Amino acid sequence: MKKLIPEFLKGLIKENPTFVLALGLCPTLAVSVTVVNGIGMGIAATFVLLGSNIMVSLIKNFIPERIRIPCFIVIIATFVTITELFMKAYSPALDRALGIYVPLIVVNCIVLGRAEAFAQKGKVLNSIFDALGMGVGFTLALILISGIREFLGSGKILGATLIKGFEPVFMIGMPSGALLVIGLLLGFFNLLKSRKEKACK
Amino acid sequence: MNKLIVSTSPHLYKKESVSKIMWMVAASLIPAGAAGVFIFGSSALWVIILGVLSALAAEALIQALTKRKITLLDGSAFITGLLLAYNLPPGVPFWLPIVGSCFAIAIGKQVFGGLGQNIFNPALVGRVFLMASWPKYMTTFTVPMNYDAVTAATPLALLKEGKLIEKISYLNLFLGNRGGCIGEVCIVALALGALFLFIKGYISWHIPFTYILTTGIFTYVFGPKGLFTGDWLFHISSGGLILGAFFMATDYVTSPLTGKGQIIFGVGCGVLTAVIRLWGGYPEGVSYAILMMNAATPIIDRYTRNRIYGTR
Repeated sequence: MKKLIPEFLKGLIKENPTFVLALGLCPTLAVSVTVVNGIGMGIAATFVLLGSNIMVSLIKNFIPERIRIPCFIVIIATFVTITELFMKAYSPALDRALGIYVPLIVVNCIVLGRAEAFAQKGKVLNSIFDALGMGVGFTLALILISGIREFLGSGKILGATLIKGFEPVFMIGMPSGALLVIGLLLGFFNLLKSRKEKACK
Repeated sequence: MNKLIVSTSPHLYKKESVSKIMWMVAASLIPAGAAGVFIFGSSALWVIILGVLSALAAEALIQALTKRKITLLDGSAFITGLLLAYNLPPGVPFWLPIVGSCFAIAIGKQVFGGLGQNIFNPALVGRVFLMASWPKYMTTFTVPMNYDAVTAATPLALLKEGKLIEKISYLNLFLGNRGGCIGEVCIVALALGALFLFIKGYISWHIPFTYILTTGIFTYVFGPKGLFTGDWLFHISSGGLILGAFFMATDYVTSPLTGKGQIIFGVGCGVLTAVIRLWGGYPEGVSYAILMMNAATPIIDRYTRNRIYGTR
């Protein structure tokens, strides 16, 4: 267990998929308009990540080196299809809100990246914790970005108005606002990182 | 004998410095602002003051936070705030110029590393941000020469909606007796400032004239009743074209370096402005046109580099 906890924790901050590895930015930019969308996307991606990491680490010895990427994609696509059909059946509103970005989890580089960099080398249990850490880290990043965007762009959080008389900044809710918010947050986290490195020296 | 100065070329010496040019440009903008205040009343003056002060405050604050030299006296933040205020309608709520100036300085300029590093004209970045965020305030104009807050549409907006029944006389357009942003309405005052900059040699003819000429030709050719029927003088003298062409497209940092490049830049601005005005969703396209050409400036610079003397 002692070795597994760090596998989980590293995905949250130290190797946060969005802010440190800068992976999976396309769905992050697209769906981070409201917190609900952000959480939905985060959970969907976490489920796919967990499934694909388990599968890949289970059958890693049977996958030939040269065609590993297509194999990974088939595994990931299976879990994405499960997620999509599940979402369509039980949460059609969220499915409509996320739209094309649910099937596009197939090409989310976090999922493929963890399969390639971790699951195909690690043990099953480690892969599970890695997937959970990365998934939770991705979800937290999405909640942060979509929280800022929902508050500034529409003056609400989870659909509830916070400050009366606040004039929402429409632009933050637009795609350009997504690029702006993510860019500033990335810069902020890089600043924290460089400060820390300087302090270590 | 320690007077030998070793430096790289060019060895030309000019008494001008960046900050002197900046303050001269600011001075050349005074008549247009004074005319705007005269036309729209004291609310316009407040917008200008708030815009300038918050731009200066934002610049000082960011430079202090990032522990860089505070360069308020170089005048660049002053001009950014001034130009942003000139690009706002006179009756906007007081926080709009403040937010706009802070955004212009922070995102338009300091994020890139300060003066000389920015890709886009900071004042226009601020304006477009405000336009995208609070379109309601940015498109509510007040009636000229009527100091009560009565709203009116700009000539270009009327034209876009097909409501320009009673034609506004060219004299009124040139004097600025029309709805519009604070600094863009009085063309006579703008021309006065531009003339001063020309005489001083701070701006060259390349960008402003090709810009205005291209917009004029384009709007004349693609007129409302078929080819070659457009009212080119109306298009030149309304909207923010004069302000944009002389004071914002000519920004040293964000426009091409060579004359050839500047002509390409001006023509591009002109075509984009005319296209947005004639077929776009917005009545006015000057700020978007200049920003788009700002983005193209590095490419233009790359392909219009001057031939080095002595090479083929």
